[in-house]
Parts: sequence; C-alpha cells; structure tokens
Amino acid sequence: MRNLSERAQEAKDKKAAIGPDVDLSSYTAEPVRHDYVEDLKKIPEADRLRMIQSGIDASENGRSGTYIQMDTAVVHSHARQEGLEVIPIKEALKKYDWAREYYWKLVSVDADKYTAAAELHLHDGYVIRALPGAKAVWPVQACLYLDKENISQYVHNLIIAEEGSELHVITGCATSPHLKRGLHVGISEFFVKKNAKLSFTMIHHWAEEVMVRPRSVGIVEEGGLFLNNYICMKPVKSLQMYPTTHLVGKGAVARFYSILVGSPGSEMDVGGRILLKAEDTRAEIIARAITNGGKIISRGDLVGEVAGVKAHLECKGMILNGGIIHAIPELQGKVDGVEMTHEAAVGKIAQEEIMYLMSRGLSEEEATSTIVRGFLSVDIPGLPPKLKAEIDRAIDLSSKDVM
Amino acid sequence: MLLIEDLQVKLGEREVLRHIDLQINSGETHILFGPNGSGKTSLLMTIMGYPQYRVTAGKISFKGVDITNMPINERAKLGIGMSYQRPPTVHGLKTKQMVQICGSGGDVDIEGMAARMNFTDFLDRDINAGFSGGEIKRSELLQLMAQKPDLLLFDEPESGVDLENISLIGNTISELLQRDVHPSPDKSQRQVRRERTRMGLIITHTGFILDYVTADKGQVLFNGVLSCSNNPTDIFMCIKEMGYEECVKCAI
Repeated sequence: MRNLSERAQEAKDKKAAIGPDVDLSSYTAEPVRHDYVEDLKKIPEADRLRMIQSGIDASENGRSGTYIQMDTAVVHSHARQEGLEVIPIKEALKKYDWAREYYWKLVSVDADKYTAAAELHLHDGYVIRALPGAKAVWPVQACLYLDKENISQYVHNLIIAEEGSELHVITGCATSPHLKRGLHVGISEFFVKKNAKLSFTMIHHWAEEVMVRPRSVGIVEEGGLFLNNYICMKPVKSLQMYPTTHLVGKGAVARFYSILVGSPGSEMDVGGRILLKAEDTRAEIIARAITNGGKIISRGDLVGEVAGVKAHLECKGMILNGGIIHAIPELQGKVDGVEMTHEAAVGKIAQEEIMYLMSRGLSEEEATSTIVRGFLSVDIPGLPPKLKAEIDRAIDLSSKDVM
Repeated sequence: MLLIEDLQVKLGEREVLRHIDLQINSGETHILFGPNGSGKTSLLMTIMGYPQYRVTAGKISFKGVDITNMPINERAKLGIGMSYQRPPTVHGLKTKQMVQICGSGGDVDIEGMAARMNFTDFLDRDINAGFSGGEIKRSELLQLMAQKPDLLLFDEPESGVDLENISLIGNTISELLQRDVHPSPDKSQRQVRRERTRMGLIITHTGFILDYVTADKGQVLFNGVLSCSNNPTDIFMCIKEMGYEECVKCAI
C-alpha cells in the first residue's frame, strides 16, 4: 500500500462531493503556540465560558477525563479513571503500535481535500479509549478550540471502546469570543467492539465566519451500541458533514440524533448514514432542524444489506422566521426481508398549540419558546441520566437565543 | 360575574353567534345545550378569546372588566379556564410540565392531583399524544385543577369517556365548581351555597353530566341564537322528548 502522505498529496485539490468548496489556502495552518496547563482553572475565564456552553467543564465535575486543544496545540490531556485513556494522537502514533491499527482505517485519507489536508497538516487530536471491560462512570470531555483569527485547525480523533467496555464522550468545539474567521477540519474514527457501548455527544459552538468540515466513520461489532448525538444551535458560515457508521456484527445498534438551528447567513448540510451489514442489526436516525433564516439540508441514508434488519429515519423541520429546510431522507433495501421506514416533515409552529398554551396563562412568546423547546427535546434511550441532563442544559442555553 | 351583551361573532365570513345575551353570576353553573353546529363551541372559544372568532358587535365583561378584545393569556390570568374537547398535541412537552405551567410555576402537588385523576402513568408522556377521548378529559381536568380558574368552560366533558371514568369526571367537575356536597359542622348548606364563587358553563350532548353536577340554569343555543333559558333538567327532558326544534319554540 502506498503511504498515507503520498495518497494525501494526490487528493489535496479534490473537491468534496457535497457542500460549498473551501479555499484552504486562504487560512493559515502554521502551528500556534499555547502552553500546556495542568490546572484547568488557569484557562482564561472568557474561554472557559465559551467551553461551558459547549459542554466542557473546567472544574471537571462529573468527568472521567479531559482533552483540550487550542488551535494547533494540546493544552491538557489526561484520564481520571482506571481503564480509560486520553492521549494526544501524535503522541499515541509515536509511542504505541496499536494506534497505527486504527489511524485512517475507516476514513479514506484521499476521500477529499479536507481528509488529505488533515493528513498533511495534522495538528493533533485525541485518542480516547476504554480498555476491555472498563465502564466509564462519567463522560470524558474533549474540546477543540479555535482562538487565532483565520486559523485552519486540522485534527484527527480516534475513539475506541474495547470489548465489553462502556464509554461516554462529550466533545465541544468552540471559538474564542473575538474570533471571526476560521476553518475546522476534524477526522473522527469510532471503533465499538464486541458488546461495547459508546455514546458520543458533540456540541458545536462556532462563529459567523467559520467553515466546518468534519469527516467521521464508525464501526460497530457484535452486540455493540453506538449513540451519536450532535447539537449545533449557533451561527456558522458553512457546516458540511455526513457521518457514516457500519454495523458489522450480529445485533449491533446505532442511533444518531441531531439538533440543528440555522441562523441567517448560516448554511448547514448535515447527514447521517448507517449501513446495516449483519443480522439483527438496528439503526435509527432522528433529526430536528429549526431555521430562523438559515439554510439547513438534513440528509439521512439507511442501507439494509441483510434480511431481518430494522431501521428508521425521522427528520422534522420547523421554519420559524424565514430560511430553508431541505430534508433528504433515503432508504436503500438491498435484499428481501428488510424493515425500513422514514418520516419527514417540514412545517411551522401551529397557532392552535400557541393558543392552547396561552389559555393556560403563558404569553405568546413563552408559548412559542415552550413549543420550540418541546420540538427540540428528543428522548434518547440508553443515555446516562446525567448526560441527558447535560444535553438538556446545552439546549436550554442555546434555545434562549433561538427566539 | 360573566356578562355577555348582544354579542355577534363571525368565523371567517360566516356568522356563528347572533345577539347573545348571557349572564353567569358568581357561584352559578349553566348548562349549554344545542344541536351540532349550533355554535356552542364557538361561544366558549369566543369567551376564551380565540382571535379567529371575530366579535363584530356586542361586549363581554368578566369581573367588571371589558374583555371583548383581551388576548387569551390575559383572560386566563383574570380567571377564565377551559376544558377542551380536542386539544392539540404539543410534542416534547410532558403532561407534568403542562400541569406545572397551569399552576403558573407555583407550588402544585402534581403527583397528588394526578393520583386522584388516575393519571399518574401519563405524567411523563407528551401532552395529548395518542390520548383517548377519556384520557384527554382527565388530562384537561388535571390542568384545570392546577390552574384554578374562577370561570370554567367545559366543552363536552363526558364525550368519549367510558363508564368506569364517567363518575370520576363528573365528580371532579362538581368539585371544581364547588358543587360537591359534604357535611359542614359550622355552616348550613345554604351558607355553603352562598359562599360559592366559581362559575361554570358546560356544553353537553348527552346530559350524563347532570347526574353528577347540579346546575342553576340551562341554555339552549340554536342556529347561533340563545333561544331558551330554564331549569336544566326541564330543558333536557324537553329535548329528549321532542327534539331541539320543538323545544326552542318556547322562546320564539
């Protein structure tokens, strides 16, 4: 096999299949120096506040580990629980042979110019791993932070739940309050081994001129469960991603949940693809999109390749105050005996519901925000209650801005 | 007191209520009879303040305040509450949260009230999502228990309710309207009646509710006109025997 950098070189100008093209040369990829901090409380308050809004708690209450990267530099990385590992990826690739067994194994380095650039300019990223049988009590938190104006951040993450383990990751991507323009490219590869359980919750908190191109692929083995939650309720210039997961072992389950709020000037093109390749596998993709004037393309694709699999796709959109919601749900059944359904709806807030709540004493504004809040609240089975509370809190914080 | 004077209402271009005069004094409960499409629900929705019911003439006052053009939520705050026949589902809003909203965020014993309404299992379900006719009625009453309005509007509270729950619904309405009878050591029943403040307006098709709730007056709405006002049981007997058309002749 030709080496990775050769393949990346060849693909460095290859446009992505979907989403507006980004001129990578208009951003700087030069490493930026930020000192490592032992004590998270030493992170400036303004930055800490931004991190809190994307689920990162500097006091580490209820966390089993932390990884923080500012621009191109790792500023903190450690695990607080036996059986969990949190390691910067460059260090992992240098020190441990096993890291190479996961690196670029699911995402193709030459998929497009973004994957190629992530190999050519790698600015670190995290490896989070639960050892066989380890059960994380609390989620590991990871933050990828943009601080320097006009930076392009290229990161690569590996998330590995070994056999029989349970791992929860909450990852927040945010920008410093002053940053206007930037680019984030994040490669993520998820490995859920036999009978392991992984929940991965990503909260994005970008700025109005930031371009975002995540590329992620997961694999779930026999009896494994992968919950993938994504929340982006803040402005972003352009976000395009189409995370894909392969269910390869008997009884593997994947559930994707996403909550998107599109502000004026934002374009979000977010999909989810799950390939059901083994018997008794189950998949669910649930998306909620609200636009206040932004453009949201909500894609979903379920591919049933074996008889007896079950999959459901649900995409609901609400246009509050102008904007576009384009729902593209797709189902591909490739054999007899698959059971696959989808449900898509785009609408507005029903006046009848507003008045019903007003007749119970709420003002029109309160009634509207109550309905929006309800629309965005999705029951996610299998999520630890604490993490669910965390997600609810993030949604509450953000939904105040929606109105 | 609720006072409606010469009220005329249009829904779209259609006149749905004509020259309505109605007075419900403090402590009174009235039963509203009328065939399908006679305008009963329109009258309740107009009192509640739904803007699609356009008041073209006349006046509604409540507690001495002209509420003819008041928004729904302000009427609710003033003490008007409604039990709907077919309320909308609000996805993601739990019944528990809705009851909390009705209690204006104050200290409400939701669990206790739900237990009395045999509704505990529904508290964590989205409000009205997949509820049966009877479940909707119990949910609506639960909300009114928390809201404690002074004027309660009931749109067919017994429709779709199974026999097992009809007495629960009937007795709860009676209680909400301070119509339940229980011995009081230091007050005569006459005094208890005098101290009643809650007002009620109940739409009924079947009259079943009369087995549980005492009422002061019956009103018959026919083609958008309040045509007859009398003892509710008399009216009900008359409608049962002769039908609405004959019954309203007493007034025309």
